[in-house]
Amino acid sequence: MKKAQNSLKVLGAAGEEEVSQYLQRIGMRIIDRNWRIRGGEIDLVCEEAGTIVFVEVKTRTSTLYGTPFDAITPEKAFRLQRLALAWMAMNHRWGQDYRIDAAGVWTDGYGSFEIELRKAVL
Amino acid sequence: MALARIRTLTLVGLEGHVVDIEVDISEGLPGYTLLGLPDTALTESRDRVRSALVNSGFTWPNRRVTVSLSPAWLPKKGSNFDLPIAIALLVATGELEQKNCEEIIFLGELGLDGSLRFVRGVLPALLAATREGFHRAIIPSSNREEAVLVRQMQSIGATSLLSVIHFLSTGEREKEELLSGNDFSDSSAIDLSDVIGQIPARFASEIAAIGGHHILFIGPPGTGKTMIAERIPTILPPLSHERALEVSAIHSVAGILEKRGALSSIAPFIAPHHTTTAPAMVGGGVHIVRPGAVSLAHEGILFIDEAPECSSGVLDSLRQPLESGTVTISRSTGTTTYPANFLLVLAANPCPCGKYSGRGRSCRCSSLQIRRYLQKLSGPLLDRIDIRTFVEAPTRTEMASREIGESSSTVRKRVMAARAASAERFSGLPWKLNSRIPPRELRSRFAAEKSAMAFLHTELDSERLSARGFHKVLRLSWSVADQKGHQIPNKDDVEIAYLLREGMELLQ
Repeated sequence: MKKAQNSLKVLGAAGEEEVSQYLQRIGMRIIDRNWRIRGGEIDLVCEEAGTIVFVEVKTRTSTLYGTPFDAITPEKAFRLQRLALAWMAMNHRWGQDYRIDAAGVWTDGYGSFEIELRKAVL
Repeated sequence: MALARIRTLTLVGLEGHVVDIEVDISEGLPGYTLLGLPDTALTESRDRVRSALVNSGFTWPNRRVTVSLSPAWLPKKGSNFDLPIAIALLVATGELEQKNCEEIIFLGELGLDGSLRFVRGVLPALLAATREGFHRAIIPSSNREEAVLVRQMQSIGATSLLSVIHFLSTGEREKEELLSGNDFSDSSAIDLSDVIGQIPARFASEIAAIGGHHILFIGPPGTGKTMIAERIPTILPPLSHERALEVSAIHSVAGILEKRGALSSIAPFIAPHHTTTAPAMVGGGVHIVRPGAVSLAHEGILFIDEAPECSSGVLDSLRQPLESGTVTISRSTGTTTYPANFLLVLAANPCPCGKYSGRGRSCRCSSLQIRRYLQKLSGPLLDRIDIRTFVEAPTRTEMASREIGESSSTVRKRVMAARAASAERFSGLPWKLNSRIPPRELRSRFAAEKSAMAFLHTELDSERLSARGFHKVLRLSWSVADQKGHQIPNKDDVEIAYLLREGMELLQ
């Protein structure tokens, strides 16, 4: 059990790392990672042309249980929205434009990754 | 193409409204939003459509899907939106081309395997579609029998989602047997010649059929009240094409057209049980108003057996349709009007135990019980019943006789001739049946012969006849005269009518 959870954590971290590299390649600046408060965690916070972009990363090795995007249920989306506002308030960015993106990562588990970024999903 | 528009119809009562189904597939998290006042069956369509698409070999778009049904203010109901929603999704995902789906009405429910299933109300929906200028529709194969009745509409039947898609992209139709849709049939499995004896009840039924008079049969159980009532549709004139379509449309909305047969021109016969509720009788439902027994009996017979056992509320609910020929029901979602122009046939036992007839030897009811029993029918409803007739048990000689009574077709010919005579007499007037002659006209233009009127006036003087009864007898006498081929009711006709109307009182 312990081992399985650890391997999932490793998988998630690998996915997030891939996405952060991808975002930088397309011109976003990473300003925060794995920001965590009691209400949850934001995977990546970036800035693109004055807009704060919060990115939720979901990594999957198979689509047997749906695509990565299926994992973002309406409740999770609502939580993301609240976390984003909390981050803005606590980092003195209140009032700045922001949006929430979702990044789906497919991987075979042996180092090959495929990334799909959906912008402004909420 | 991420945007698609497909046409379908929804029904409010018998009225059809064209509904545009727009599907937009946009970037974003997977989700499905259905807009435009859907009911429960329609909200459930998402899961049916998803499974049908996946099991037909397509992929469900993992994006934000918005389905909008417009006009948005109109409450939509039912499962007939499954097919158009699936087609719109396929257009939006690029599997089909929008231009192949223009000017077509789509109707149908989807099974999880992608099969296309029967839906209610196809006939009125297609009638409305032709009025809106559509000439092509794709419908479930199981609905074709009623669909071909709409001659101006090219109805394409399909058994599955895949065959619809095949047709839209290639124009090839499924092989299907030809249905003509032209000949309404008036054949029936039952016939008046099945009835043994019962000369008075036969005659009363014939008069009722001629003039559209409501009728009450009173008699002990097992003497043939129901048997005769069931056969009244076979002596009524066959329905005209328009009327038959109207009747079939009502039955289609109620989902019982198959039972009746879409091509039947026989007047419907509807017999609700006496424990029936008022909403079942006049029509009802929580959000969507379904036609009740009175509307299903439109242009036909509404037969209530054991009428005194009926709750008074149910019997009283018949008064509005009896008066206006329509029924209007209001619910939170709106008001619906259905036609309800029927011939009311009531049957009752003479007393609670049912054996009070002839000399009433084996009847165990007290005189008070007997009087109370039929009094349940009294009041405004009984006022609208023109004919009250006794149905006695057939006699020994009648049962032993090998003679067969008149057949339905013989009687129907007489009924049609008599109706033709009255139609000629009333040409240019707002009513067509003898039972609808207004009282004023009965005393002037449509009075009986002098000697006959004198007879009625004497009865009136001696308080054996009320003013209302006076008019009822006169109306009936016109039907009797039409049956006998008289130009104007003579004294004999009026006396017969008097017996038909007041027979019950005379016998008691």
